[in-house]
Amino acid sequence: MSRGRRRPPVAALAAAAVAVAFFALPLVGLLQRADWRALPDDLTRPAALDAMRLSLVASLAATAATVVFGTPLAWVLARVPIPGRGLVRGLVLLPMVLPPVVGGVALLSAFSLGSPLGGWLHDTFGLQLTYRPAGVVVAETFVAMPFYVITVEAGLRSLDPRFEEVAAGLGAGPVTTFRRVTLPMIAPSVAAGAVLAWARALGEFGATITFAGNIVGRTQTLPLAVYQRLESDRDAAVALSLLLLGVSFAVLAGLRDRWLVRR
Amino acid sequence: MSRRPRPFLAAALAVALVLAGCGGDDESAADSTTPAATEDLSGSITVAAAASLTDAFTEIIEGFEDEYPDADVEATFDSSGTLSDQILQGSGADVFASADETNMAKLTDTDVVTEEPTVIARNQLVIVTKPGNPEGIETLDDLADVGVVALCAEDAPCGRFAGQVLEGADVEIPESSVTRGQNVRTTLTAVTEGDAVAGIVYVTDAAAAGDAVSTVEIPEDENAVAVYPIGVISGSLERDLADAFVAYVASDEGQAVLAEYGFLPPA
Amino acid sequence: MSLDARIRASRGRFTLDVEIACDAGSVLAVLGPNGAGKTTLLRCLGGNLAIDAGHVRLDGEVLDDPATGTFVAPEHRRVGTVPQDHLLFPHLSALENVAFGPRARGVARRDARERARARLAAVGLEDRAGDRPARLSGGQSQRVALARALATDPALLLLDEPLAALDATTRATTRRDLRRHLGDFPGPTVLVTHDPIDALVLADVIAVVEDGLVTQSGPAAEVARRPRTPYVADLVGTNLLRGEAHGTEVAVGAATVRLAETADGPVHLTIAPSAVTLHPDPPQGSARNRWPATVVDVEMVGERARVELTGELPLTAEVTPAAVADLGLAPGLAVWASVKATEVAAYP
Repeated sequence: MSRGRRRPPVAALAAAAVAVAFFALPLVGLLQRADWRALPDDLTRPAALDAMRLSLVASLAATAATVVFGTPLAWVLARVPIPGRGLVRGLVLLPMVLPPVVGGVALLSAFSLGSPLGGWLHDTFGLQLTYRPAGVVVAETFVAMPFYVITVEAGLRSLDPRFEEVAAGLGAGPVTTFRRVTLPMIAPSVAAGAVLAWARALGEFGATITFAGNIVGRTQTLPLAVYQRLESDRDAAVALSLLLLGVSFAVLAGLRDRWLVRR
Repeated sequence: MSRRPRPFLAAALAVALVLAGCGGDDESAADSTTPAATEDLSGSITVAAAASLTDAFTEIIEGFEDEYPDADVEATFDSSGTLSDQILQGSGADVFASADETNMAKLTDTDVVTEEPTVIARNQLVIVTKPGNPEGIETLDDLADVGVVALCAEDAPCGRFAGQVLEGADVEIPESSVTRGQNVRTTLTAVTEGDAVAGIVYVTDAAAAGDAVSTVEIPEDENAVAVYPIGVISGSLERDLADAFVAYVASDEGQAVLAEYGFLPPA
Repeated sequence: MSLDARIRASRGRFTLDVEIACDAGSVLAVLGPNGAGKTTLLRCLGGNLAIDAGHVRLDGEVLDDPATGTFVAPEHRRVGTVPQDHLLFPHLSALENVAFGPRARGVARRDARERARARLAAVGLEDRAGDRPARLSGGQSQRVALARALATDPALLLLDEPLAALDATTRATTRRDLRRHLGDFPGPTVLVTHDPIDALVLADVIAVVEDGLVTQSGPAAEVARRPRTPYVADLVGTNLLRGEAHGTEVAVGAATVRLAETADGPVHLTIAPSAVTLHPDPPQGSARNRWPATVVDVEMVGERARVELTGELPLTAEVTPAAVADLGLAPGLAVWASVKATEVAAYP
């Protein structure tokens, strides 16, 4: 009766369709709500352009910081049998479940000018994170890094450690092995993790507004700009929301299947 | 077949009759300024109140619930702009206490509030600084170059008033030094917990913060006066209870609490 | 270039305690069942596992000696390894895989690729230089793995179950080719396997490792001819007995085995299964060895039947299917086993 491929069960397809609708309907609603004639103006106003620029730069910087610091961290969690590794991992993944505002409050207590570390940084280096774009990057990195670490750690764990032994046997030192064997073999995990982290950083609101504040041109990223305009200029809020959604969607839709598959 | 449903039904009917009887008339409840003496008022209402009313209203609600033990009042505090929008979208609040007349007008103009709102308090703005006023701020002028200043969002009443006050005093704080809080409480937090050097909030909020801030008065002739109207949402399912609450706030007891927190009387 | 190693190493509750040596140009097969410690041995030689006691010396250079605190990291040992499963880097082409070693050791990229090309040609795969490992067959990837190991001109070559990942047909041809390549390698080679045929074909010397200990070692043919443990005897497919010899009689437990030549003291006895004949009644005739036995199991192996016997002496007999039918051989049947004295080999 069946010609080759089996059709997936109808029940599964129906449930999946409901799930897809759940995600698609709000987006469709937003598209309907938008004032398309006013859109270009709404998006090119100075404050809007500021928010876009800030969001782009900060999210990319946060992603870069995530990759630079998150990769060694993932490596340690996956490969180095330190005592209390589970606790360390729990700590690193905490921002994933923490309400972002709580994260922001935590960052304040660590880095505000009134805190020991923050005060010292300011007195010694003239460095201030609060109310600065750097603070936005810190807040976004804080919430985004766990996504990267968990993805890359999984990728490393699924990597047969014998490959690295083979590389060593052929004469490659640890750095060369990491560069020429480990990293290329976990590249899909790194890519997927970086994309997830970037998306999370782009959409971050609570930690940013609490820690870096809400200063137009300096710390008001797109999500903050949307929230700000929600009552006073609903159309602009919708326009900016669509922009955020559009960019995020384009990147996420580009996530290759094979980046998400475990080797 | 079981015989149990019938006595149950009779009991349910009896309860329904009793409840109906307790309903009473509600046409003129909003006109009274003294609380209805019916202590068997029951039900549950939601009060949406401006953030600056947080502490005062929390105490008022306690007092109200003491007087009407069967009543349950849930409160939600946020910027008046946010709350009025939510009500327009059907958030289900029964009572709205706004920090300005503009946001109340959004509801009266659309007949979401049909009865004339009652003004229950007034408020004024004040400059808050870190404890001890380390930057030595004395006037509104000083805010222009002192560092990051926390102001409410422009469509929050305290943000609008702060804008009016600064404009009136011809003071311009550079945009890159202004951090906007979503409501007056988060604006205050930027000074108490964050690194904002100063902020403009209501007198009552500064009082609520106690030692966490120092205050710098804004001269009477430069200051704005915020007027707080309170109204019952016309679609409320608990009109009696809502009316009773409004009446309580306007009563001597409610007014005493508001005065205690630093609010100016309505008139 | 020679290898001399005395290794004691533990992994969990398992302890390996062996002594091995291998001369330049010679191939040592470490033969043993799974779990015997063979891979652990290779890991110790390669430097992936530090030994607990003993030493590893290659060409006179000490690679590992806990007593003096010497330990040379894997990347600094001149050891080439062909792992089980080959483990070619999947993201690199065959050529880049082979060139990996030289490049890691500082050879310029172009020279490394030239060298790699030559190595691939030596194993007959220069036309597959650009292919990713996923596109190579099992036999081809094994050859690339060998080329990769040899590309760094190692002083010692290690192979871990080199033919295990191949199917039966490929195994025979690959074994033959491998023998040739190993013959070309100037240094010592240690190969680890559980397949006795691999050991016999590829190796000059066999060391049998069981439960972490060397139970027998010596020239390949010798080990096969004169097994000293049941495991080896089993592998080689022969009967092995141990007893005390006096003249032409050997006492094996309660039974007596008669030899054609005299011997004295403790001896090993091997009897080829095909030399064991079975009879329903005590056999007459020239065989001076006869014992009562009971059939435990009958198994067809190829076109012969292997009959497992128990009794005064545990023996395996190999008979024709016709004999099975004639004698009605079935588990539980009582028979008589007989072996000519000349068919019994005795050695100390």
